[in-house]
Amino acid sequence: MIGRFNWAGVVEFLPQLATGLYYTLLISVVGLLIGFILGAIFGLGRISKNKLVYFVSSFYIEVLRGTPVLVQAIWIFFALPLIIGYNFDSITAGIIVIALNSGAYIAEIVRGAVMSIEKGQMEAGRSLGLDHGKTMRYIIWPQAFKRMIPPLGNQFIISIKDTSLLSVILVPELIFQGRLIAANHFNAVEIYTTVALFYLVITLSLSFILRIVERRLDIQ
Amino acid sequence: MIEVNNLHKKFGNLEVLKGINCQIKPKEVVCVIGPSGSGKSTFLRCLNMLEEITSGDVVVDGNQLNDSKTNINEVRTEVGMVFQQFNLFPHKTVLANIMLAPQKVRNLSTQEAKERALALLKKVGLSDKATMYPSQLSGGQQQRVAIARALAMEPKVMLFDEPTSALDPELVGEVLEVMKKLALEGMTMVVVTHEMGFAREVGDRVLFMDEGIIVEEGNPEQIFTNPQSERTKGFLNKIL
Ligand SMILES: Nc1ncnc2c1ncn2[C@@H]1O[C@H](COP(=O)(O)OP(=O)(O)OP(=O)(O)O)[C@@H](O)[C@H]1O
Ligand SMILES: [Mg+2]
Repeated sequence: MIGRFNWAGVVEFLPQLATGLYYTLLISVVGLLIGFILGAIFGLGRISKNKLVYFVSSFYIEVLRGTPVLVQAIWIFFALPLIIGYNFDSITAGIIVIALNSGAYIAEIVRGAVMSIEKGQMEAGRSLGLDHGKTMRYIIWPQAFKRMIPPLGNQFIISIKDTSLLSVILVPELIFQGRLIAANHFNAVEIYTTVALFYLVITLSLSFILRIVERRLDIQ
Repeated sequence: MIEVNNLHKKFGNLEVLKGINCQIKPKEVVCVIGPSGSGKSTFLRCLNMLEEITSGDVVVDGNQLNDSKTNINEVRTEVGMVFQQFNLFPHKTVLANIMLAPQKVRNLSTQEAKERALALLKKVGLSDKATMYPSQLSGGQQQRVAIARALAMEPKVMLFDEPTSALDPELVGEVLEVMKKLALEGMTMVVVTHEMGFAREVGDRVLFMDEGIIVEEGNPEQIFTNPQSERTKGFLNKIL
């Protein structure tokens, strides 16, 4: 069965797939970095006592969690430029999509982790005269961050795979390249399987890195 | 040092403090006793605004707490608090727990903060635990670190909310010992406690609280040997 496929033939397409891998990684890394910042901001916003901040954060989170990534990509690549009168290239649009989408999920992760820290920690900080911001920064956040790591790892993996949907806005990432090759050479199984292996390598490396980070924080 | 006039505190419709009046002089050690749910913790927490005051006046070290212009963070630097559950920062070493607030609030240099922390650790008898994490210490040791952490801000008043209630009986003594030392040095202290021995030996005054009011107060001898109110008698009978 396996023998009927031409696995050796994949080798000649590896450079092209490597280009795809580059864009997948670029968009994942930059998008998730921004997504984490957005998640931290809106996650804390959702715990805020300020009604407006709470409302804006909730609106952002609910809209981005509640709509398909594919549609978000189309909004940002095709519709947003018409509204703001500025065109993005597809890679920038892809980064924005991943950042905004992962940010909404990460916001919920941040909120959950911060809220899971015992109330006594905030009280201890405040009773020492630290203001809310400093207590957050030095006491609550470091403890919450540690609890965020497992769900963050999960979200990062989901977002990395979501980059495959960006082929609809012509981002030349892995799936986009795979489709091009497969359409011309009728080797869909071989190419997409190779593409899947690329994803697996990325996500396994990520899991590995996160485990190291987690262990570091544990030792601290 | 502390002056409380007609303090009321409500949680929603539940009135927990129903008009508390009391004055605490500098260097005085006041023990607060009373049944569970009588509002002792709430009263203590109103003294450093961990609970918002519903009505009444609370003046701490000349600062009117129920005045929106008062900088509550500044007042809190003068009021140390020790909790029943210690509330140490688990991600920081013992030393870092103590150094944090002096550095971030009082802007002490690392060197100064460290010297102060080490001196306090010596005082509470834990010099050898500086580099450990709270989870590596016994309850009694954790509570002594918590006391050192509060003292590092050089507060004028220390509030203790049942500091020994979460401890195994054999660990209670070491914490009370530290508190006694502090009292002898002239620290102003308000101590919610069930340790009647401590109240008797160290307290200058005992407040008996029940159902949100101070039912009776007086020197410890008087309260313990000759309580006036029936409620005080009933409570003391139950616990002694
Ligand atoms: N944050 C809160 N929200 C609502 N009710 C509260 C809150 N904190 C305390 N209470 C209520 O206020 C009352 C007094 O509580 P408080 O903790 O002051 O009692 P206490 O005298 O310290 O009791 P204990 O000896 O058990 O510690 C209780 O009925 C409690 O349920
Ligand atoms: Mg209590």
